[in-house]
Amino acid sequence: MSEGFIELDNATLRYPRSDTPAVVDISLSVPSGGSVALVGPSGCGKSSVLRLIAGLESATDGRVVVGGDAPGASRGAVGVAFQKSTMLDWRTVLDNVLLPLEVVSGPAGFRARRAEYRQRALALLERLGLGEYAHRYPWEMSGGMQQRASLCRALIHEPDLLLLDEPFAALDAFTREDLWGLVQSIWRERRPTTVLVTHDLREAVYLADTVYVFSKGPGRIVHREDIDLPRPRTVEGTFEPAFVEYVQRLRGHIVEVRDIDAGRATTDAKEPAHG
Amino acid sequence: MVDWMLNRRVLPWLVTLGTFLLWEGVVHGFAIKTFILPPPSLIATTLAAQWEPILQHSLQTLMTTLVGLALAVGFGVVLGLAVGASEKVYAGLYPLMVAFNSIPKVALVPILVIWFGIGTVPAILTAFLISFFPIVVNIATGLATVEPELNDLMRSLGASRLTVLRKVGLPRTLPYFFAALKVAVTLAFVGSVISETVAANAGVGYMMMVAGSRFEVPLVFAGLVVVGAMGIVLYQAFEWLERRLTFWASRG
Repeated sequence: MSEGFIELDNATLRYPRSDTPAVVDISLSVPSGGSVALVGPSGCGKSSVLRLIAGLESATDGRVVVGGDAPGASRGAVGVAFQKSTMLDWRTVLDNVLLPLEVVSGPAGFRARRAEYRQRALALLERLGLGEYAHRYPWEMSGGMQQRASLCRALIHEPDLLLLDEPFAALDAFTREDLWGLVQSIWRERRPTTVLVTHDLREAVYLADTVYVFSKGPGRIVHREDIDLPRPRTVEGTFEPAFVEYVQRLRGHIVEVRDIDAGRATTDAKEPAHG
Repeated sequence: MVDWMLNRRVLPWLVTLGTFLLWEGVVHGFAIKTFILPPPSLIATTLAAQWEPILQHSLQTLMTTLVGLALAVGFGVVLGLAVGASEKVYAGLYPLMVAFNSIPKVALVPILVIWFGIGTVPAILTAFLISFFPIVVNIATGLATVEPELNDLMRSLGASRLTVLRKVGLPRTLPYFFAALKVAVTLAFVGSVISETVAANAGVGYMMMVAGSRFEVPLVFAGLVVVGAMGIVLYQAFEWLERRLTFWASRG
């Protein structure tokens, strides 16, 4: 099997001021243009894995390679979207979306291609249903629209790597399902290697080729599920037996993980003294 | 809406006028001597009669205040950025700065006079010393409270620290800067007038001191009114600038 675009090899991350590592022995591989989802109970370190892949943290132990880069090297321009839309309130929506291009091309490069970039950004905003909001400010829009703008910003520089950290978690169900469809169609067009962190199992099965289930305290991968469903997937499809079966199976693993965690918590409580 | 406009426009004048009327009434009602508390009408006639020297002294005070404030802005912004950007600078510098800010600046004026002589320089420096602290604190706070996600976003794009500062840190800090500026400008007036009162041969502070020693109490009060008026004008100017530049922070 060839090396994937993202390779994690027994990666462990321990934050400087923490006793227990955030994640331990994470091994996963994502082929170029692939799409994976990381699911698990909150606090299981899924976001820490995302930070490792983004190059925001370097592994305490083990190996993290993205796009053939040396470990720890700058990843170049990654596309990221968080649960909070993190728009810059002093910029219009259009200028927010242009931000990655400003950073990536530098001041001179950006000025030279400004008109072209603006067209590109306007087209993308149009595509995500924000055409008429381009010259408004982010705080004039609803949460769902801000999240769309945040996705535009993650995609505008056509990154090879797209990292989504619960970007739809704060949205209502209908908006969320709309955005699944949009993300899927853009992914199918451009095929950025995509890592999605979520606690919504339907979302994971809808968007990912492979789903990794995490346990917490410290975070480990306890299960890997390949999703063998035809693309494009639809919201209607999420109610079909094959889809539901995947969701149920993942849910089973999560429940198991939570039981183990709960069990561990009670054991800890019973035996406070060790050593 | 109309009601709101009316309040914003009319209310300040109404309250100020009311205060003066009350003051006038109290002075006459209790037959207070004018060298104890002159009524506003007498202060107004004094202003009109001696407008030329008052204007000259006021311009001197305005100049020292603005130069001191400009120094405070320059120095305060740089120091604030350093303190806000670096945990180490913060830890190292904060105790010293707080200690320094606790010193009554009037106590420093004699030292400044020994170093620079009587006159303009101590006034400028006192205005500067008294007004830089709120600027440092606010700039540092603005920078230190940038959402971690914004830093992550910029870093994941491969932005340098300077780029992050330019595109995120500075604009994000602008509302804090203006909040500080409005405090600093009034403090700067306090600083320059204090210094002029202690050791100067020009400025409203000096004028008030001389007038006081001659029991020309209405002129002393005229000086106070002028300083207050200049403070209001500058405060308003900064507020106008703030509304134009950081409208996004008050969400329209």
